[in-house]
Amino acid sequence: MNKLLLSAAAALALVATPALAQPTDLLNASYDIARELFDEENAAFIPAYQAANGVAVTINQSHAGTSTQARAILEGLPADVVTFNQVTDIEKLVEGGFVSADWQSEFANSASPFYSLPAFLVRAGNPKGISDWGDLARDDVSVIFPNPKTSGNARYTYLAARAWANEEFAGDEAKVVEYLTKVFLNVPVFETGGRGATTAFAERGLGDVLITFEAEVLSAVSLLGADKYESVVPSVSLLAEFPVAIVDKVVDSRGSRDLAKAYLDFLYSDDGQRIAAGRNHRVNNETVAAEFADRFPEVRLVNVDEAFGGWAKVSEEHFAEGGLLDQVFVNQ
Amino acid sequence: MPNQRSKHLLPGFGLTMGVSLFYVTLVILLPILAMLLKLAGMGLPEFWRIISSRRAIAAYQITFSSAFYATIINGVVGLLLAWVLTRYRFPGRRILDALVDLPFALPTAVAGLVLVTLFADTGWYGQFLEPNGLKINYTQAGIVAAMAFTSIPFVVRAVQPVLEEVDESLEAAAETLGASRWQIFTRIIWPTILPAFIGGCVLSFARSLGEFGAVVFIAGNIPGVTEIVSLLIFIRLDEYNYEAAAALAFVLLAVAFLTLLATNALAAWQTRYVERAA
Amino acid sequence: MTRSRSAGEIILITLAVTLALFVLVVPLVLIFSFALREGLGVYFANIIEPNTLHAIWLSVMTALIVVPVNIVVGAALAWLVTRFRFRGRQLLISIIELPASMSPIVAGVVYLFLYGGQGLLGPFLQANSLQVMFTPLAIVLVSLFVTAPFAARELIPLMSQQGTEDEEAALSLGANGWQMFWYVTLPNISWAMVYGAVLTNARVMGEFGAVSVVSGAIRGQTNTLPLQINLLFNDFNVTGAFAAASTLTLIAVATLVLKSILESRRHG
Repeated sequence: MNKLLLSAAAALALVATPALAQPTDLLNASYDIARELFDEENAAFIPAYQAANGVAVTINQSHAGTSTQARAILEGLPADVVTFNQVTDIEKLVEGGFVSADWQSEFANSASPFYSLPAFLVRAGNPKGISDWGDLARDDVSVIFPNPKTSGNARYTYLAARAWANEEFAGDEAKVVEYLTKVFLNVPVFETGGRGATTAFAERGLGDVLITFEAEVLSAVSLLGADKYESVVPSVSLLAEFPVAIVDKVVDSRGSRDLAKAYLDFLYSDDGQRIAAGRNHRVNNETVAAEFADRFPEVRLVNVDEAFGGWAKVSEEHFAEGGLLDQVFVNQ
Repeated sequence: MPNQRSKHLLPGFGLTMGVSLFYVTLVILLPILAMLLKLAGMGLPEFWRIISSRRAIAAYQITFSSAFYATIINGVVGLLLAWVLTRYRFPGRRILDALVDLPFALPTAVAGLVLVTLFADTGWYGQFLEPNGLKINYTQAGIVAAMAFTSIPFVVRAVQPVLEEVDESLEAAAETLGASRWQIFTRIIWPTILPAFIGGCVLSFARSLGEFGAVVFIAGNIPGVTEIVSLLIFIRLDEYNYEAAAALAFVLLAVAFLTLLATNALAAWQTRYVERAA
Repeated sequence: MTRSRSAGEIILITLAVTLALFVLVVPLVLIFSFALREGLGVYFANIIEPNTLHAIWLSVMTALIVVPVNIVVGAALAWLVTRFRFRGRQLLISIIELPASMSPIVAGVVYLFLYGGQGLLGPFLQANSLQVMFTPLAIVLVSLFVTAPFAARELIPLMSQQGTEDEEAALSLGANGWQMFWYVTLPNISWAMVYGAVLTNARVMGEFGAVSVVSGAIRGQTNTLPLQINLLFNDFNVTGAFAAASTLTLIAVATLVLKSILESRRHG
């Protein structure tokens, strides 16, 4: 029976993937709200690559939550490169032997071509006067951010709020937990993704403040109307990296390493950085950062390594089942 | 193997058995086997810890009770729609018939989005309901609404074909013998459509248990309050905890399977009862 | 039937129509009002966007494979369990219904457990350079899975209610098995088959959860219509998302119109 099934499965498998010598296509597995950003990056990369190498290439895009993407790659999705918004999901690929352990040193800025930070979107005129993290725990404030269990975006929000509270309460864990619990109690609905939360805030008029990436906040203001919403950048926030990596196991079997490298390098080029900044991401390229300086107010950023001792520790202490996040989220 | 007592008059046993077994094994059992093997990787204490955690139990309660309410609603509504569609001729009947499948045709996320927009406090329905204290979005009522909406077609489509085939001469005969409409319904029609009705209800219940896309839009997703089992499974998957996801999925599956088994046995018993009475 | 409408009939029809109005028509209106809120031009531009068109094509092709397979298998299965008594019959009926009760996400994940790189058949598939996951084949397989019960579920109650007299008569008159099936059984069950096909088709076209796990969501390649709708929604393109959703609705309505035409031909 087993043999029969196996041969049936083999007969059913219509699509075989032969290893081509010089592939001219690339699959970029990305996070779920990056479609327009990479549409623009790809449209700029293809002619640039053709001019330099004389080859017309195709860039295929796949978008989903980054945990879903990492899972798919571990199970065989042949993505040559990943452009995620979560470091931890690339670490999963490292564990699975798909990405080399030193991936963060392969590209500049810890392999993060652009970055953002959790910021606030409030209704025009800021009627509730929300200016910093402390306001989120007020009884009269309703807060919207997605489910930190399913959305990386909200995990940054949780960590940023905790980083602020750690400073505010000078490390008094009981007060930090009390503060965070209050914030979570002020959330009427936990959407599963970042865009869902934005829609709940904008289209359904829920909440007084939406917390999401600054890139999302600024896009929302420009897309949905500066007359209806405004952005608020808190006193301190958390550096949210958008890490990229070459999926070694895939590029080695397909022979697409050069193309993959050229593609990710392009994201660091002036043109690539300009596109990312145009889509409201902060960039490290000084020329481009200067061009867009008026868009991004000064803000003090802490990073996960300084504030929490690195992503591995954060995953274990905060986000694992029964961890510190569950203490303020589940045991309300 | 066929039972010795049954007279093997009709052909096709070997062929249909072969096709059915091949298909069931390849498409249904093999994937489920793969899930069970994943489960086998964890010990019984760990399995028990995952499926009996406080959060999981709260999720079962909200999921099972909501699916139950949704099924009751769909039983009543489904029977009414099936009856009206097959028994009466009125303008717009065809359109109504076509619309019944709408909830299936919509991706569940769109269904969720539509419902949450309708019931928002500024929405077409919410603006009338909320001032009267009826809050649907982000409450259990929202979960029930989403479950009921996405499984409307089951009861209607299960009952409809059987109702169309009910022997009308039998009804006419009963009518000439002075039976009331109600007697005709309870004595002739109801026993005939009961197995199909139960089958539709069970599918509706089972589908509601597993519904994810539409529910997460309207549920609020607050742990212990409006968090359904499917969301918990999704969360465990996102934590790369496949075993825990498989364990929770197994609970849902086991409940659904036992419900199916019990009602199918009931339906079989009922059919035999009717056959004997006839 | 020429008898005049009774009060009960009028009440029931009114009730059903009112319910349908609030539960089915209003959501439909909402979808189209969102889809059309930026005008007809934007609506059509949204639909003929190449990736949306490809998604429509992929969803239609998937349905064209899945629906016939599940109808044929459903008929075979219904024949088996309604015409013969054998050990494990109840079990078989219950097993075929299982997929409908699985959370769609889980349905997708069990296929990953089976065909994925770390799955049961993963090593074998990789050794032979065969890829099942993240191809249209995977989409077809999970679609078969989630809609497996629908046709059988329609046919089983009907066929057990109809009994076997007609078929036995045909056989005693000298028909062979296929003739009996073609001329006696099929006409009797054709309605249930159509209902089964309609349900299966609707679910295949609309399935999101299971497909999202196994498709890889590669745009222009393995993105089905529901995945494309999700993508558009994630782009702040609510209008585009609803425009794409409206095409699904239109496809469903077209199927139903087809069904109605068949029905009127049968009655006429």
